[in-house]
This record gives sequence, C-alpha cells and structure tokens, in this order.
Amino acid sequence: MSKVTLEVNGKKVSKDVPNHTILSDFLRDNLNLTGTHVGCDTSQCGACVVHVDGKSIKSCSTLAADVDGSKVTTIEGLVKDGKMHPMQEAFKKMHGLQCGFCTPGMVMSAIDLLQNKKNPSDAEIRKWLEGNICRCTGYQNIVAAVKEAASKV
Amino acid sequence: MKTFNYHVPKNVKEASKLASTSSAFLAGGMTSVPSMKLGLATYKDIIDIKHIKKLSGIKVSGKTVTIGATTKHAEVANSRDVKKAIPSLTKLAGGIGDAQVRNRGTVGGSIANNDPSACYPSACMALNAIIHTNNRKIEASKFFKGMFETALKKGELIEAVEFQIPVKSNYQKHPNPASRYAIVGVYLAKHKKEVNVAVTGAKSSVYIDKDLSKALSSSFSSSAIDGMKLDSSEMNSDIHASGDFRASLVVTYAKKAVEAC
Repeated sequence: MSKVTLEVNGKKVSKDVPNHTILSDFLRDNLNLTGTHVGCDTSQCGACVVHVDGKSIKSCSTLAADVDGSKVTTIEGLVKDGKMHPMQEAFKKMHGLQCGFCTPGMVMSAIDLLQNKKNPSDAEIRKWLEGNICRCTGYQNIVAAVKEAASKV
Repeated sequence: MKTFNYHVPKNVKEASKLASTSSAFLAGGMTSVPSMKLGLATYKDIIDIKHIKKLSGIKVSGKTVTIGATTKHAEVANSRDVKKAIPSLTKLAGGIGDAQVRNRGTVGGSIANNDPSACYPSACMALNAIIHTNNRKIEASKFFKGMFETALKKGELIEAVEFQIPVKSNYQKHPNPASRYAIVGVYLAKHKKEVNVAVTGAKSSVYIDKDLSKALSSSFSSSAIDGMKLDSSEMNSDIHASGDFRASLVVTYAKKAVEAC
C-alpha cells in the first residue's frame, strides 16, 4: 500500500491505496471525481487528461503513487465562484461537444495549450490536440472553441 | 495490473541496490505503465527514479549536448540551448507521441526500452552519442543490441546521454497516424569527417544505413541517393507498411532530410 497525498482542485486529500493504483482510478473511485473519463485506457484517446502541477498528462497511464505530493486539477476544479472556465464557456458557445465523452480531456488539454501558446493557429491547435480523440469527429467546432477561448483568456 | 513494491530511492546508489531480475526502473512510465496494465510486463519491484535530482537537466558545451536520463521530451523540445546546438533534436523530441506523453516521457526511458520504432535511438546513433550509466560510458553503436534489448546490465542505470553536436542534421519521420511512432524515421547527421544516416522503425532495431551514409559522405546532396534501392529482406512488414514500402520510405525520408539541412 502507498499513502498518496495530493492537493486535488485546491483540497488536500490523503488515501492509502494499493501501489498499482492508477491516477484516473484514484480520482474516480477513491475521490468520486468522475468528470475525468477513461476511454481507451491505453493513453491514446486523451479523455483522461488532467493537470499535474500545472501540466497536462494522461491520468490513465500514471500511477497515483508516482504523483504523490503534487497538485492535481481535474475538470471539476475549473469552475470558480459558480462560473465556468472561459474554455468551458467557449466549448458551450461554439458547440465544441456532441456526446461529451471526450470533452473533459479536450478542455484540460486545450487549457494547457493556451498556457504554452497564447494565440495558437488552427494548425497549432490541431497538432496539440493530436492526443485527444473525438469519436463524434466534432473537431471543427472543438478547434473553433479553442480559438474563441484564446481570444478571451 | 499485478501489484508490486514501490520504491522511491533518493540517489543512484540506492536505486541500483534495489534492482533485481524482477524489477524495473520507472521514469515517465509512458511505456512501462501501459505494458503493466496490459499484462505484457510484471515486476516485483518498481523503482521510481524521478526524485533523483542529478538525473535531470540539460547541459550544452562546445561540442556536446548532454541530457539527463529523466529529462522529459517537452523540456528538450522547448529548450533554446538544445535548439541552438542541435535543432533536429528539439524537432525529434517535439514529435514524440502527443503533448501529454511529452510531458511525462523521458530520453532515458526511451532508449532503455529500445522500441524498434522509437525516435530517440536514431538520434543516439546518428549523433555518435555516449550513454553514461552509473558504471560506465557506452557508445550508442554498442548500446542498442536488438529488439527491446540494450547493453544495460542488471542494476545499471542510465544517468545521461551525451550527443555530439554535428555540422548539420535533420530528422524526418513517417509517423503512424494514430500513435505517431516512427513507421520509418531517418536521422541524418553530417559531422566533420562522416555522414551518419540512422534509421528507426524499419528493422528490428535502430541501425546505421551504410549505403546511404557512404553515398552522402562522398556527395552531400539528395541526387546522390536518388533512386537507390535498399535490401528489404530484413525490413519489418505489417499492416501499416510492407518491407518494400519501408525500404522505399527510408530513401525518400533520407532525401527529405538532406534537402532540409
């Protein structure tokens, strides 16, 4: 067993979990934060993307014990004072989601893109989102949403 | 996934001592964690080496670029110092997997795994890299032994990779459209005395294509290798590309690399 202590969405949490516990399972099963989705479970699809110490990572391929002591932000942590994050607002406005399964990962990944690049081009957005797959194939509006958010952030 | 003992050693000596025939060092985990999840690999002990500070970082000297084993792909891709010294190396690092994989995956992990379609081994071969371990220094040409095999011994830990700065270089990759691993990747480096054309993805392990290297050493132009036919008998063949197609891709991407130099 490992004692895993994290700051998740600003709240300190500490749990004893088996050493092989995956971060996405830790978030979903131990903390009941089911906004982080698990799609392919093999680090291809990106539905599980969360931020660890400010950087986007795939939580389905990361051991919880491995990020012990880190700050983790999930999709649930984006709302501030009841208001959606500008990226969430942009996805809503530009119809950047259809079934919504890939959306948490898309949003978390896109926020990290804007941390790295303030006004990305369409090509840069598409390159960055290579690790996020939308099975509804709604990429046009996802790219439009990221551009919209970039103009607001 | 089968469970394991999880160790977080503070230094290399401690890490090496913990190693056994049923242990694995964990760096970014971008291959090892999915492999364990799929049941392709099981270990009794996982030795997390990310907290050993001396294993991370980038140093550029006059003739070499030295990258610590646990330095992440994103750090190399975004390094101005590396870009100035060996721009093709930042390009290679920035094209591995996707943004999230680059935020976790490491150079040491990539070369220790020696996946036949990994990008970094080709850079090591073309840039005459020296692999620094806790016991010795290994030339890249003696490090990569075969599919998923390296010269590393039990408990031997990669500390850093020292790349020789070439006169010119370029990396070209034909990526798998879903995972972006190299179906074929060609790393071309022109050094003062020789030209190295290292190829990944095409055979069971990275190799230097002697015919292409020789032709480009005598004349560094794409016309020198135009229309060259490579022996495809040892090339990988799968649903993504036949051996003959890979052989043709190697020449095509070597030409592209020369033209981009």
